[in-house]
Amino acid sequence: MADDAHIDISQYMIEEEPFYQPTGDEVALYEAAYARRLPVMLKGPTGCGKSRFVEYMAWKLKKPLITVACNEDMTAADLVGRFLLDAEGTRWADGPLTIAARIGAICYLDEVVEARQDTTVVIHPLTDHRRTLPLDKKGELVKAHPDFQLVISYNPGYQSLMKDLKQSTKQRFTALDFDYPEPEVETGIVAREAGIDTETAAKLVELAGRARALKGHGLDEGISTRLIVYAAQLIATGVEPKAAAAMAMVRPITDDADIRDTLMHAIDMVLG
Amino acid sequence: MTLREEDIAAWRARLKCSVSKIDDIFADALADAMSAMSNDGVAKWLEGADIVCALGRGRDLPVIFLEEMPEVARHCGEGVVLAAADTARSLSMLTAPKAIAPFLQNLPFVARRLRDAELLRDWMRILLHTAKVAREAAEPLARSAPQLFAQVSIAGVKNWVEYGIRVYASQPWRLPDYFGLQTADAHAALQRERSGTLYIDNERRLRLYLRSFWGLDADFRPYSEIFDTTRKPRPYLDRLGFHIPDVYEDAFGVSGIDRYRAAIAHMAAHALWTRPFLADNFSPFQHLAIEIFEDARVEWLAMARYPGLRALWKKMHPRPEPDACPEGYSCIRHKLAMLSYALLDPEHGYDDPMIARYTALFAERMAADPHDTKIAPELGVKWLTENYTHDFRSPNIWFQDTEVPYRDDNRYLWIFLEDTDDEDDFHSDHGARDHIKGPAAPDDGIPPRHYPEWDYTAQTYRPDWVTVFERIQPAGDAAHIDELLKKHELLARRLKKVVDLLKPQLRRRIRYQEMGDELDVDMAVRAAIDLRMNVAPDPRVFQSYEQHGRDIAMLLLIDLSESVKEKIPGGDVTLLQLAQESTALLSEAVQALGDPFAIAGFHSNTRFEVRYTHVKGFAEPWGEEAKARLAAMEAGLSTRMGAALRCAGDQLRNRREEKRILMVLTDGAPHDIDVADPQYLREDARKAVIELQADGISPFCISLDPKADEYVTDIFGQTGYTVIDHIERLPERLPTLFLNLTK
Repeated sequence: MADDAHIDISQYMIEEEPFYQPTGDEVALYEAAYARRLPVMLKGPTGCGKSRFVEYMAWKLKKPLITVACNEDMTAADLVGRFLLDAEGTRWADGPLTIAARIGAICYLDEVVEARQDTTVVIHPLTDHRRTLPLDKKGELVKAHPDFQLVISYNPGYQSLMKDLKQSTKQRFTALDFDYPEPEVETGIVAREAGIDTETAAKLVELAGRARALKGHGLDEGISTRLIVYAAQLIATGVEPKAAAAMAMVRPITDDADIRDTLMHAIDMVLG
Repeated sequence: MTLREEDIAAWRARLKCSVSKIDDIFADALADAMSAMSNDGVAKWLEGADIVCALGRGRDLPVIFLEEMPEVARHCGEGVVLAAADTARSLSMLTAPKAIAPFLQNLPFVARRLRDAELLRDWMRILLHTAKVAREAAEPLARSAPQLFAQVSIAGVKNWVEYGIRVYASQPWRLPDYFGLQTADAHAALQRERSGTLYIDNERRLRLYLRSFWGLDADFRPYSEIFDTTRKPRPYLDRLGFHIPDVYEDAFGVSGIDRYRAAIAHMAAHALWTRPFLADNFSPFQHLAIEIFEDARVEWLAMARYPGLRALWKKMHPRPEPDACPEGYSCIRHKLAMLSYALLDPEHGYDDPMIARYTALFAERMAADPHDTKIAPELGVKWLTENYTHDFRSPNIWFQDTEVPYRDDNRYLWIFLEDTDDEDDFHSDHGARDHIKGPAAPDDGIPPRHYPEWDYTAQTYRPDWVTVFERIQPAGDAAHIDELLKKHELLARRLKKVVDLLKPQLRRRIRYQEMGDELDVDMAVRAAIDLRMNVAPDPRVFQSYEQHGRDIAMLLLIDLSESVKEKIPGGDVTLLQLAQESTALLSEAVQALGDPFAIAGFHSNTRFEVRYTHVKGFAEPWGEEAKARLAAMEAGLSTRMGAALRCAGDQLRNRREEKRILMVLTDGAPHDIDVADPQYLREDARKAVIELQADGISPFCISLDPKADEYVTDIFGQTGYTVIDHIERLPERLPTLFLNLTK
């Protein structure tokens, strides 16, 4: 297709191997799904490694990856593309989903429930046997490249009742469950990501476990692996461990005085 | 000290009092007095006994005086002995003789708490002042002294007494209940004077701690140390949950909240890792030793998880001096406490070879398998065989520095097969058999609620002053309400139109749309300019409208006092009937709008009985049941508005709506039969309104009292009320008022 000439595929390629620590058989399952180009949904709490997993798989499969962070102001045009006005008249610009379908990339819609429900419907024809994307305004029917695959992520934890995927959307995907890894695995991840010793990493993971036990008792979400890594990185740059933990792991997640106090005490007890 | 017969007789001769009972106790009392006081002091002691005797207020008084005063002198010096006698005399003159006996009996306890002559004199002054201004209060106050001083300082007692005298000034017959600590508000007022970290203020924090740190969901059972002052109760764990004190002062350099956490951490470690032992298999000495090792083992496991616990526990664990235990005493607790400290703190600094041997043995076993439950019994039994000496059997046990304040009493450790005859036993209710995660007992019935009331003369709240009983209005005949509605059919139809008009007006414009109902002119102009400038314009030039949902919750609170029963001037309907009609119409309108709403009524019969009646809840629809309850509404008694407002506030506070409205329908100023000052309840209602506003609730008053302007502005503010002059038009005014309010 003519438009392909303008697209620099290399910008979407993952050059270096992202660090991803498998916690089960998710890599094999994903590869199987990709072999049949089945759409995949990644479910799990925030910061547990969903996006990192997609990057890792894209790198492993050597396919370009296009990531779209969804938000509530996003419209279907933001995904598909739109006509732009310019001095000579109008010009069509492909949206990220269309680009992915044309070049055969993995299109990753992050936190897809944040988008309005009518927006998400545009992905439907790409996710069943048709594998096409109609561009109504342009009058074009894009046939997806054989390598194209759609991946969405979805956090069942904090979504309100108002925000949920339609059944018709849900039932177009295969799904993988993600959760915070087991403490030993998570310790390894933190130590490696931040370059700190495993002993300190284990303490930070222990600390996160204290907060995760309070989920539903005033905390919407526990401390994510990502936040532990932040704390570890602060420690690696020379910040005193207690201060780093308070900065990265307690202050961001809650304003509830009782919970803060409990977690600050946990810092004293675990790192003390 | 043994006294010679003739000395005793000589001292006895100096006492003029002829009560024969004295002779029975005199020798012992004198020995006690001689050990506590100088000869001069003993003389004063006898003088005091004569003063008390001469009052002629009973033969027991001089006996009590003679028996108790040496102990008082021991703590506060012999100078206070005569002061006590003078106080007794003053009490007698103030016609409060019944207070003398409890005053003297409880004086040793008070002296032990205060340990200062001047402070003890303060206490006597407080009691005399009370006898002077509120005679009925003196005796119960003297009786309550141990409970008061166990909980609060002398300053706290003073505040508590002054508060009681002030607020009960108009109800002297209630004074004994307050000063006898028989009422909820007496306890609440006392709590206010307590220092330290109260359990009640930190309950959630501690629950979070237990859940977060230990993954346990057990109940806390706070107990009070005041009922058991001689033997301080210790925390303990049983099938009901964690029993902890209701207050911890800061101590050992540890804050109150951390003392709670230290105690809970220790008990949680037991709950997680201790499997109870058969008590019958071991001797009482072995029990002690095994407990030390088991405490150390579970603490070791806990510290492996939370290293910071070591520092916290170390601060609170006593470190007994190696040679502290004197000859002739049983040193088993002393030795074990040293060992316990050494097990907790590796840098214990003891050079006792036995301590070194057992800390090493313990470390070795823990390194092998810390979850081995045999460690404690095996090491405990071994320790006792190697360390046993005959002085262990001495009846004088050396207790100093052997109590570890954060540890529980270890009843959780033991299971008894046989009933034990051991005296001194806490095991009667040990619950190790069941694991602590039992289901909580269900709560049935609506317990009365206590609310504070604002005392404008003192500018403070009277805590837990008012008791509110909630109930659900029994149902009547719903058809009655339907009839009333039919009577106002025309009005109902007109309201319906207003309601319909109200809905579509609430629209919200949504801008920056790529597609929409209309062009957003501002954006279109900007886009055209961009085009002329050869810049890509923003395509979001449309706007549309969205139906903006009403987000309002409303509670209608109806005054059901006696006056509502009156017929309106120049008509033959009662105010109550009008209130029912207007409420029915309002309900129809609000139901049509879809706003959640509730209806409740209130009246009062003194502060001990404010009745709050639920007519319709937020969750139920406006239907047969609610109508039937509205029809059965009855009036009577008085109007204690503040308490009702607070209770209604509780109902509204949990609503999630953006706007929460509390409409109060009343026909007069707040009043109640136990309050003489008309200003008092008005000021309280005003305070309640301010509290509601602070919580984001909008109170609004509809007054049917034509003279309401005098006070209603004070209570509800300039804009928070309306007065309906033509009462007969209430059915029409009430719904339209609400609709206008919420437009």
